[in-house]
Amino acid sequence: MSELTELYQEIILDHNKYPRNYGSLVDFTAKGEGNNPLCGDEVTVYWKLGSGAIEAISFQARGCAISQASASMMTRILKGKSVAEAQELFQLLRRHLTQADGDKEFPEKLGDLAALAGVRKYPARIKCATLAWHALFDKMGGSAQGRELLIRGD
Amino acid sequence: MTTTIDVASIRRDFPILHTRVGGRPLVYLDNAATTQKPVAVLSALEKHYKESNANIHRGVHYLAERATDAYELARKTVAGFLNAARSEEIIFVRGTTEGINLIAQSYGFPFLGEGDEILLTTMEHHANIVPWQLVCERNGAKLRIIPVTDSGELDMEAFTALLSERTKIVSLAHASNALGTVNPVKAMVDKAHACGAIVLLDGAQAVGHFPVDVQDLDCDFYVFSGHKLFSTTGAGVVYGKYDRLQSMPPFQGGGDMINKVTFEKTTYKRPPGRFEAGTPNIGGAVALGAAIEYLGGLDRLALLEYEHDLLQYATGLLSEIEGLKIYGRASEKVSLISFTLEGVHPHDIATVLDADGIAIRAGHHCTQPLHRHYGISATARASFAYYNTREEAEKLTASLKKIKLLFG
Repeated sequence: MSELTELYQEIILDHNKYPRNYGSLVDFTAKGEGNNPLCGDEVTVYWKLGSGAIEAISFQARGCAISQASASMMTRILKGKSVAEAQELFQLLRRHLTQADGDKEFPEKLGDLAALAGVRKYPARIKCATLAWHALFDKMGGSAQGRELLIRGD
Repeated sequence: MTTTIDVASIRRDFPILHTRVGGRPLVYLDNAATTQKPVAVLSALEKHYKESNANIHRGVHYLAERATDAYELARKTVAGFLNAARSEEIIFVRGTTEGINLIAQSYGFPFLGEGDEILLTTMEHHANIVPWQLVCERNGAKLRIIPVTDSGELDMEAFTALLSERTKIVSLAHASNALGTVNPVKAMVDKAHACGAIVLLDGAQAVGHFPVDVQDLDCDFYVFSGHKLFSTTGAGVVYGKYDRLQSMPPFQGGGDMINKVTFEKTTYKRPPGRFEAGTPNIGGAVALGAAIEYLGGLDRLALLEYEHDLLQYATGLLSEIEGLKIYGRASEKVSLISFTLEGVHPHDIATVLDADGIAIRAGHHCTQPLHRHYGISATARASFAYYNTREEAEKLTASLKKIKLLFG
């Protein structure tokens, strides 16, 4: 069960059971949708941009514990961040979930997202962990950096 | 146990069933995705490549004749297996998906027009939806969908009401890959024919579970995949009534399907050659023949009875788990159970089961419209074959109870 308990850490199970910032926003400025055609999971992320920062963010999803928890934690960590900061965090997360920094400890900057480290042992589930992030940044990816993220894909 | 089949002995025929997953014995319950292969099939494949490998229908040398004979013998074996009237009614394709595309393109494209209707059902696999959508886009035909009831059976009154002189094709699963439902296809063929429509049966989930007689069913086409019949991937079958096949243009162009080629005009072979362009999966066809021979050596009705008993037993065990909901409660089912567990996503179920060595499938099983109909995006599916046991069903149940605690 060790790899399993590493995958389904308390914090993941908790966010799965009690997702934070769940639902749509009344005054969102944009929304992004993501789906995984492999499994049919769907997520919609709503956010409100004000003076270059993410003032509010929420999500709605039908998905597994990993995608649900990742989306929930994402809304917590990105709230109040500037678009550039948010993109940097996404890039950092992706690097630590995939090959680039796949064997390294999660940096403190990623906070609770470190709980997603267990996903690295389950390559088929990495898409689950990045689904909501893609839904957000694929739509937000107007900047050159955002586009680059898109092209490299997961 | 109500039957006498020797499961322990059958399991010895399937080497992969003795795999250990992280130290635990494999419990393979993903047979609706693909079945495992007995030694008889693996040996036939190896023997073919060691002793008979050559291209077919064109060489005059010793090996070419051996390979051609083996391939054509496999065709006869399949014809016997389906009780086709003649072996020329059997076309080898890659699998069910290619088979349905062949019929959609070689029958649908030339014979369907504006306003014609194609009847499908809510429970169809995407492979029996998308090829027909391509026909509709190209020819202006329309899809009509036979709905399913809450228990996962076809609404036969709706079927009768949907049939009309506009109906040209009825295409449906003999058995559903997501619900397990065995559809009343014989009666449906009769009704469709009475309206002048032809019928295609997707037998992917049927042939591995029970005997099929295409003459008795009187269907116009029947398709299945070898890999779901204990043979290899990449070789499957289209059965078509000979006159029907004779009236159809080729599916793909290439070598081996022609009589004569000039730049001005090419003439095509008679069926089945017309529909087998290029070098086919010769080894796969030979292996499929071997799989059918293997099944022929078992008492198929006893296997069916055993699987039915196993399904009842597993259904009973799973039903006792609180929060577990089974999708597909038809009175006639093949041995698979799709379910959801309250508070746990099917993917998480599959991942945790895998840690216990249990292989199941989670997702929409290529039946998104069906899942949408039930208002869900995914289910977990445990699918059994005659080599599975009651003990394995018990292991599944125990693991599921553990998952409930973990995610509780």
